[in-house]
Amino acid sequence: MDQHFARTEMLPPMTPPITERGAVKWLRENLFSTPFNIALTLFGIAVIYLLVRASLPWWLNSVWNASSLSECRQIVEAAAGTGATGACWAMIREWWGAFIFGFYPPDQWWRPILAFGFLMAALAPVLFSGQTRNLTIVLVVVAVFLALTLWLAGTPGIAFGLAALVVIGMLALAQVQPGKLIWFTLIYPALCFWLLWGGSVWSPIVAMAGFGVLYVVFRQASPFIGLAPAAGAGVLAAVLWWLYLDKALVDVLHGVVPLALQSINSDQFGGFLLAIVIGITGISFSLPIGILLALGRQSDMLIVKTLSVGFIEFIRGVPLITLLFTASLLLQYFLPPGTNFDIILRVIILVTFFAAAYLAEVIRGGLAALPRGQYEAADALGLDYWRAQRLIILPQALKISIPSIVSTFIGLFKDTTLVAFVGLMDPLKGVTQIVRADINWKGIYWEPYIFVGTIFFLICFGMSRYSMYLEKKLKTDHR
Amino acid sequence: MAFASDAPKDGFRLSMLIYDTRYRSYTIQIVVLVLFAMAVAWLLNNTAQNLAARGKEFNFAFLWQRAGYDIGQQIIPYTNDSSHFRALLVGLINTLVVAFFGCIFATVLGVVIGVLRLSKNWLVSRLMTVYVEIFRNVPLLLWILLTYVILSETTFQPKDFRLTDEMVAAGQPPLASMMFFDSVAVTNRGTNIPSPLFERGLGTVDLGFLSLNLTLLAVIAVIVGSVWVNRRILASARVTQEATGIRPVTWWKSILVLFAPIIVLLVAMGFHLEVPTLQGFNFKGGILIAHSFTAMVIALTLYTAAFIAEIVRAGIQAISRGQSEAAFALGLRPGRTMNLVILPQALRVIIPPLISQYLNLTKNTSLGIAVSYLDLRGTLGGITLNQTGRELECMLLMMLIYLTISLTISAVMNMYNKSVQLKAR
Repeated sequence: MDQHFARTEMLPPMTPPITERGAVKWLRENLFSTPFNIALTLFGIAVIYLLVRASLPWWLNSVWNASSLSECRQIVEAAAGTGATGACWAMIREWWGAFIFGFYPPDQWWRPILAFGFLMAALAPVLFSGQTRNLTIVLVVVAVFLALTLWLAGTPGIAFGLAALVVIGMLALAQVQPGKLIWFTLIYPALCFWLLWGGSVWSPIVAMAGFGVLYVVFRQASPFIGLAPAAGAGVLAAVLWWLYLDKALVDVLHGVVPLALQSINSDQFGGFLLAIVIGITGISFSLPIGILLALGRQSDMLIVKTLSVGFIEFIRGVPLITLLFTASLLLQYFLPPGTNFDIILRVIILVTFFAAAYLAEVIRGGLAALPRGQYEAADALGLDYWRAQRLIILPQALKISIPSIVSTFIGLFKDTTLVAFVGLMDPLKGVTQIVRADINWKGIYWEPYIFVGTIFFLICFGMSRYSMYLEKKLKTDHR
Repeated sequence: MAFASDAPKDGFRLSMLIYDTRYRSYTIQIVVLVLFAMAVAWLLNNTAQNLAARGKEFNFAFLWQRAGYDIGQQIIPYTNDSSHFRALLVGLINTLVVAFFGCIFATVLGVVIGVLRLSKNWLVSRLMTVYVEIFRNVPLLLWILLTYVILSETTFQPKDFRLTDEMVAAGQPPLASMMFFDSVAVTNRGTNIPSPLFERGLGTVDLGFLSLNLTLLAVIAVIVGSVWVNRRILASARVTQEATGIRPVTWWKSILVLFAPIIVLLVAMGFHLEVPTLQGFNFKGGILIAHSFTAMVIALTLYTAAFIAEIVRAGIQAISRGQSEAAFALGLRPGRTMNLVILPQALRVIIPPLISQYLNLTKNTSLGIAVSYLDLRGTLGGITLNQTGRELECMLLMMLIYLTISLTISAVMNMYNKSVQLKAR
């Protein structure tokens, strides 16, 4: 007799009812949970439907090959029947050079491309200091990018060879002494300036030598008169070098070895080249100035604090446009009579100040968010002011404020379009206006704005995603 | 620090100015002050030299000269015979009007989008995320230009609104038609909207430099009075409720107090709308709103709303779940939980960044120059500057005005912020 009245094995689990699993459950929970939710969903579907119905034919009927807007419209009507609309991307085909480079001479396009490639190579040692593997990856990518684009841009052989030598040299250095690559980052600003604006090779070299003068004076003088006075003397020597010796020395050296690139005027810059030049320079210079201003505002010293607050509040209180007009109209009053320097440089200086004031407020928020204990602990360890800031306070404060810092950078990059108002040719107003004034493309409006807007979107969205990644990577609290 | 002040005082050496923390801060401040004074003196000296070299002088007398140019949109009376100062005022008012409408619309849209982005509805929250990301990551200038171009290049001409005899015969509608019961017409020249008119208005009082519209003042006074009386009614209801535990019925009193006086006043003054009508080749009657204004308001609203939405979302998310759970445990309904528990706390997080968005919006109105909207930047910093050639005075005055606006807005909003902040005990 082997009878059981209870089960000896478990029943297999039954599948949940149809409404509680799979797509049905997801739909019920996320789209149709309450009457209000159902209404919202229907509203959303209606919006999407209207958008798609209005724009899909326009996208589908895109024309890439035409020489004028009317030809585009004929092609669209021939293909899709009368009354049909279609995008005319042929305009981009004809004008993409102006959107990217402005009026930069096409046979010199390799210079901004090379500068851009080197920019990536110069950023790598900052982003991945001493990590051979990541550095190698970045440099290989740069090498491939440069090889491809420089070849397409018809680079002269000698420049191609030199660029290849530099990249290969950096790759080799990354294998043996990756820390030393930072030197490339340090000389990059001068290199970039020379590549973009051209002129004698000696002017960037002599200008960089000013920093060498600063260092030498500082090292020689510091044993005798102390660190701070020696630094002051170094700065003074460098300023004298730039003011009085620089130009004469460049002339002499250029007379001996006349190496020069074709010089490009600032009004030939335009499009995204201009936006990126102003944006990157503004970003890299505004961060240190912003940090100093934030520290000044938090300082105990009344005069330093007052000056910082005054500067920050003034800059934040006026629109960027008025500052740009200051750059184009007023600097001629404020500088010694006869001074006349480049409009792009003037704009960069004012944009940098503008971004620095905003950054200062952002960083001040980070400084204020640190618990007082951190400051007291740094004091208790006997660190002096700068060491405490550098080792304890700033790393934490900057980490807290990364999202806001990056959104300030994004704002700065978007604001580079405002340079159109001082006569520079930004991609949005400057170039698009020229395209729209062209007799062939008169009346085109969606296509140029979509093109420019997409590029801005990609860059800014990329920056904001990178900041989220950085935030996650640097997150050290265990919550 | 306490030990440092007890250091032995064996004489003062000059090197202590640099190496002794007790004196170093004075040294630094004096050096900074001297450098700053030198820089200011250098700038002033340069400016004086440059002005002398150009044969110009620094004064603001040009503000009282005849301006000689027309301004499309003018809230206060202005002709091209008015002074530059009058033009400045017109521009300033135009700036403030755009900023005012922009702030209101952007706040409404931003709050709606921010709340919808937190909605449990997957589709709607995604749609709102897309909206926010698109508008945040593309320059404002693009939205202004695009809106303006669409408004002025894709809309119909006034003559397209005409219904000709052939069309009637063929049974066709005209190419374009007016919106909102034939009261609003969007043409390529601007937007025609009805204008409010009063048959028996109270007239105006001329105060010399500006004329007061008594009709408008009466309307405003009645509305403010009604709102005040309504608040008194609600307050007395609360007192009764706290004393007796029963809240008296107030809704009909509120409706009566809020709406009856203003309706009576409007009827008494003979209020009616003048609808724009097509006469000849253009619309007559009503108010013509220039596309530059509409484009500015639309673009500023859409752009700023994306930022405000993010602020609202962050503010609501900053309130811990425990708060709403505690409110539910007390038996509050979801609507009251939102009103009484979540929002008052979220507002504290929301308001400071909201202030800076309002400031940004106000400063961004200066982009109106892109669509020839004559705001402060267009009149004082544009045409007046070019006509008189007084860059220094115009720019300084303009910066000063913008600075004053910014500081005023932030002061007012900070006062409001203080009133809602947590009172620490």
